[in-house]
Amino acid sequence: MIELTDLTKKFDDFTAVSRVTLSVAAGEILALLGPNGAGKTTTVRMVGAILRPTEGRAIVAGYDVATHPREVRRRVGFLTEHPGLYLRMRGREYLEFFGGLMGLEPQETERRAAALLDKLDMREAWDRRMGTYSKGMRQKMALVRALLHDPPVLLLDEPTSAMDPHSARLVREAIFRLRDNRRAIILCTHNLSEAEMLADRIAIIRRGRIVTCGTPAELKRRLLGPPVMELRLACSVDGVLGLVSNMVKVDEYGDQWLRYTTTDPQNTNPPLLQILASHRIPVLTLSEVPRSLEEVYLRVIEEA
Amino acid sequence: MAAILPREKWAEIHTVHILVRREIRDTLRDWRIVTPIVILTLFFPALMSFIANLALDWVARYGAPIIGERIIPFLLMVVGFFPISFSLVIALETFVGEKERNSLEPLLATPLTDTQLYLGKMLAAMAPPLLAAYLGFGVYLGGLYFFEGWTPELELLVLMVLLTTAEGLVMVSASVVLSSQATSVRAANLLASFVIVPMALLLQGEALIMFYANYGALWWILLFLVVVDIVLVRMGVHLFNREELLGREIDELNLGAIWRTFKAHFVWKRWFFGRDVAQGPAWLKFLGTLCGLYLRELPTILRRSWLAFVLVGLSIAGAVLVGYDMASRYPLPTEALRLEEVSPAMFTALPKLGWLPRFTPWGIFSNNVRALVLAWLLAIFSFGTLAVALLMAPLAVVFFFAAQAARLGYDPALFLTAFVLPHGLFELPAAIIATALAVRLGAAFMSPPRGMTVGENWLRALAEFLKAFLALTLPLLALAAVVEVYVTPLIVVKAFGHW
Repeated sequence: MIELTDLTKKFDDFTAVSRVTLSVAAGEILALLGPNGAGKTTTVRMVGAILRPTEGRAIVAGYDVATHPREVRRRVGFLTEHPGLYLRMRGREYLEFFGGLMGLEPQETERRAAALLDKLDMREAWDRRMGTYSKGMRQKMALVRALLHDPPVLLLDEPTSAMDPHSARLVREAIFRLRDNRRAIILCTHNLSEAEMLADRIAIIRRGRIVTCGTPAELKRRLLGPPVMELRLACSVDGVLGLVSNMVKVDEYGDQWLRYTTTDPQNTNPPLLQILASHRIPVLTLSEVPRSLEEVYLRVIEEA
Repeated sequence: MAAILPREKWAEIHTVHILVRREIRDTLRDWRIVTPIVILTLFFPALMSFIANLALDWVARYGAPIIGERIIPFLLMVVGFFPISFSLVIALETFVGEKERNSLEPLLATPLTDTQLYLGKMLAAMAPPLLAAYLGFGVYLGGLYFFEGWTPELELLVLMVLLTTAEGLVMVSASVVLSSQATSVRAANLLASFVIVPMALLLQGEALIMFYANYGALWWILLFLVVVDIVLVRMGVHLFNREELLGREIDELNLGAIWRTFKAHFVWKRWFFGRDVAQGPAWLKFLGTLCGLYLRELPTILRRSWLAFVLVGLSIAGAVLVGYDMASRYPLPTEALRLEEVSPAMFTALPKLGWLPRFTPWGIFSNNVRALVLAWLLAIFSFGTLAVALLMAPLAVVFFFAAQAARLGYDPALFLTAFVLPHGLFELPAAIIATALAVRLGAAFMSPPRGMTVGENWLRALAEFLKAFLALTLPLLALAAVVEVYVTPLIVVKAFGHW
């Protein structure tokens, strides 16, 4: 659905985005992470056919952004970094206006807008001037605007920023539904836990270049090493260390716990548990030590 | 109607209509804009009408009704101008304000074309102030008719409506150009003086003309405004695009980048009839640089400036016509042009006329260089037009004298051959090349080629002007100056005078 090949954007002698190659399939969410000024917004602006690439190619929903920008814009829903609403307008007028620009009939606009506003718990704000909206409501209204024409491609720049937890959850659920409905979604965010929660794949961009890309698990494995397992016992580890050390390399241990690294948990953990059970050692839990995306992100940014 | 335009075109016009409707609705919800417009539309014209009545009665009492007659059209112009001055404010607000409030990007993400956006915003900025101006005319004229029974001449009314519309369009289209260079309303307001000051001067000029009731001159001003409108709209269409709007997020003047871009145009491309001069001796490299410049680069620059050369050619034809016209209108007495009396001493005495340069190669050369540098500077601030005017003026004088000579029985071809041709062979091409490239430099703001910003295009035009000026114009002018001092007088005396 989205195919970027060596996409580059230069402003005078400044290269904002350099040779970005990515793809996002229908029904996939790609999170684009990176520090401020890394080139996230410029990249999505090129994908949304708002900016023209200096070099490289971007095919979006079957159209080249350089040769068919209008066709691309018809098929892209773009939630901009700032909601950018017309505060003197009412929500209804605003959506009618954007529906008109997208070529929707007024009745169709109203029907779709009502459905979307219902999902985001915004229906009661429909007839109010948008100047009276809270920050979160403005963000939700901007999201409705982006979804109004039912686009197959969505570019969401910080979709839940400024939202209260309840609203953020509603938006995340809406994003999941969109993925289930086979939309291709690029999500730009600084919220790493949200990226981990929502994204199928994560690309980290720095100084205009993609420095790494993969599923959250792949990135963790690639950058933080193999998974670390933690075994918690209902007894002391003293008598167990010898048993376990025969099978895996123990990294650290305490009174009733130990941690080991394994590159292949599926083949390592079951026999280990079998041996412990055969020696009647009471196991409380065996789980992977959680490693946050933040660690991955910081490692990548520091290394880059 | 559907038969006139295809369905897609109607859809595009409808989209512009949606945009205009929203913008106007938004404007009319802003009391800071609506209140003054209402005052200027209803109260101010009524007041003007009242003042005009008083003035008419008062001047009639002192036997000077003509003053009153002249005040009425003047006030009509003022009544129209005041509301349209708001178009500037609305345009700056709608173009830059939207950028500043981040509401422009969602619009740019829609299938609207740049031209649709530009048109929609421009019409929306113009419509309320223009309607207010027309309504103001109605109130003012209605008051005058009701109290004095005064009705305007049709020509005056048409002229006022057209002038007001053209002025409104100038302000809006100029503000689009300014807006494209500004990232905040504050910066745009500072730049707005580039519109306000010339418009104020124009209004003063129009006021003077109205007191003389010289409506013919006002038609010329209207024509001038229409030309300015066309230039500004053309510039606006080029500048109002997504790249410029979103690419220009910092107002900072990056002198380093400007210098690097400019310097890049002075990387010499050596060429010497296919030989690899880069590996050759120093003299061959130098020869390669010269050949590259004169046989490759300069011809490319001249070819690229073909439209400017056409314009300069037309202006030369215009200068010929002006010279002949002036000669027929203001014939010189026979004794003023006695070519038989021309002698070498007359040429050496020329500098006694204060406005002529010293009759030496350096005097003539430096004078010509000064004139062309002045043309170049004026071109930058006048879209190239004043450079053309500076070339036309001396040519019109030359053809004025040629026509006078013909009228007095001399052969005009011989006159031109003797007085102009020897040094003109070098001076005229030099002046034409410099003027054409100055025109291109002045016009570089208007329409940068695709993929190039206004600044990049201007820097390229400046670099090409300098190259042509240094490599072609200066050598030709130097040669022309030597010929003018040492050869032309000999030929003139040989053709007409005595030793």
